[in-house]
Amino acid sequence: MIESLYLAWQYIRFNKIKTVILVASITLIAVLPLALEILLSESERQLLDRAESTPLLVGAKGSSLDLAMNSLYFDDEVPEPISMAAVERIHDTDLALPIPLYVRFQARGLPIVGTTFDYFDFRNLKIAQGHSLTMLGDCVLGAKAAARLGVGPGDNLVSSPENLFDLAGVYPLKMKVVGVLAPNHSADDLAVFVDIKTAWVIQGLGHGHEDITRTRDSTVVLKRSEGNVVANAKLFHYTEITEENLDGFHFHGDTSIYPVTAVITVPHDEKSGTLLRGRYLESEDAQQIILPAEVIDGLLQNIFLIRNVLDAVIALVGLATVLVILLVFALSLRLRQREIQIIFKLGCRKAMIGRMLLAEILIVLLVSGVLCSAVLGVVDVNAEELVRRLFVG
Amino acid sequence: MINISNLQFDYPGSEFRLSVSEFAVASGEKVAVVGPSGSGKTTLLNLLAGILTPGQGRVRVGEVDVSDLGDAGRRDFRISNIGFVFQDFELLDYLSILDNILHPYRITGALKLTGEVRQRALHLARQMGIAEQVKKYPGELSQGEKQRAAICRALLPKPSLILADEATGNLDPSNKTRILDLLFNSVKDHNATLVAVTHDHELLPRFDRVLDFQSFQSGDGP
Repeated sequence: MIESLYLAWQYIRFNKIKTVILVASITLIAVLPLALEILLSESERQLLDRAESTPLLVGAKGSSLDLAMNSLYFDDEVPEPISMAAVERIHDTDLALPIPLYVRFQARGLPIVGTTFDYFDFRNLKIAQGHSLTMLGDCVLGAKAAARLGVGPGDNLVSSPENLFDLAGVYPLKMKVVGVLAPNHSADDLAVFVDIKTAWVIQGLGHGHEDITRTRDSTVVLKRSEGNVVANAKLFHYTEITEENLDGFHFHGDTSIYPVTAVITVPHDEKSGTLLRGRYLESEDAQQIILPAEVIDGLLQNIFLIRNVLDAVIALVGLATVLVILLVFALSLRLRQREIQIIFKLGCRKAMIGRMLLAEILIVLLVSGVLCSAVLGVVDVNAEELVRRLFVG
Repeated sequence: MINISNLQFDYPGSEFRLSVSEFAVASGEKVAVVGPSGSGKTTLLNLLAGILTPGQGRVRVGEVDVSDLGDAGRRDFRISNIGFVFQDFELLDYLSILDNILHPYRITGALKLTGEVRQRALHLARQMGIAEQVKKYPGELSQGEKQRAAICRALLPKPSLILADEATGNLDPSNKTRILDLLFNSVKDHNATLVAVTHDHELLPRFDRVLDFQSFQSGDGP
């Protein structure tokens, strides 16, 4: 068999292009379904891990999937907002810890997550560089977000306008990067975290400007009446929050009506969770409470249906490829009749000719197998990142 | 060494027929076979080597009745006892010249590839004047060099019968003499028998016997 392998290897070496094409075809057809399997398993793991670590979510009634995807993976499909009163409502039950989330805006393509310190404790997020949020306008970046944007503590990051042509819209806010989180291997790595009040400032619900009751520039005053001063459009709004102008920032009205996209709800125990869920059962309630694990499980069922279709497509393509490869081998045998005749004339037995051809096939399969393993190894090592980019976003 | 009696052979669908009533070659004899193209000289060599099997009659080489052997038996017999120099060299494109020379040793268990065999292969290549070419592939060699490589392959297993089909046909005069000397020396050293088809009448005096195939086939005998 060693001599057969030697001769087969010489043939393969001499016919490099043909062999490369054959190896590439076999490798591709083997890699595709296996890599897909790895990626789907990883996506299942990631989606479920995140969902299972989030006990309950409260949000506006509507698509529970949008609510879960926006709150867990910071998907840009923003659910209908609810008010901060929802947080108070949960807090008042004394059954769970409410963590507000306002995930609506972006900075250079990355989601801005407005939340409170409880979120960092809940997700076990640690500061790797710099420090945590200390004042309005500060932001902390996920590890990959910092790497992707190329910014770190001390740099600035500007929020992206929601609509380029929204002339009445708010100015982008120049935020100060004060910290970078340690990698968490989740959607948190690609997010920009701000205090929820900073998110409201981005929306224009809170703003900062010079004190018009003390201004000496009378051209900015539209109307002055007893105890009330109305400014005109000339009044300059700050686009950056600094220690100097911090006092100029304020929120009009009751913040309990300010928006949040969801409230992560962490029940004190299982019973509290059940009791809490019961309180959102009334049909006239404008809010819903969902079990993220159930929602994501439903999503995965759909993914698996798609996977079955994909598997069938890949199986058909694989079958076609195998048939083509068999045809290539058959045609190759016909082309090699002269060579086989030479070996026969020298006195080679048919079994030996068979062994040589078998050895060639084995070598091609072996090389394809090694290549396939290498590619799958790379996919496996990078599955987490690939899944986040391909499936989770 | 060779005994042929009442041989009849024809190719399916062809009018060609080879008929040999009696033909014998003694051990150690050097026989030249001459005749016009298409007269059946190559067919005779193929019958002697067991590449073709006769429709009738017997072909005996040494103690073995080749026409009695099965397919596998004929292949084993051929690779172990016969050195065949083919008319169109029959070298494999994907093997180096050295690997082509050693090829018979790689395709049968009857011949054992050892270091001594490799040394002998290199020695033969040197004698044939192709020592510098052994790492090259047939596509890189001239016709004459390919012919010499094919002769090395035929001689390496020290066969008892050497069949040469136009072995010197592609060689220049000086190489022709040199190669024929080598063939004759090999025959002498191993007490082998040589049956060589040739169109080169200048070489005929060097053979023990010349077989004119046209008259031989018509029944006149050698």
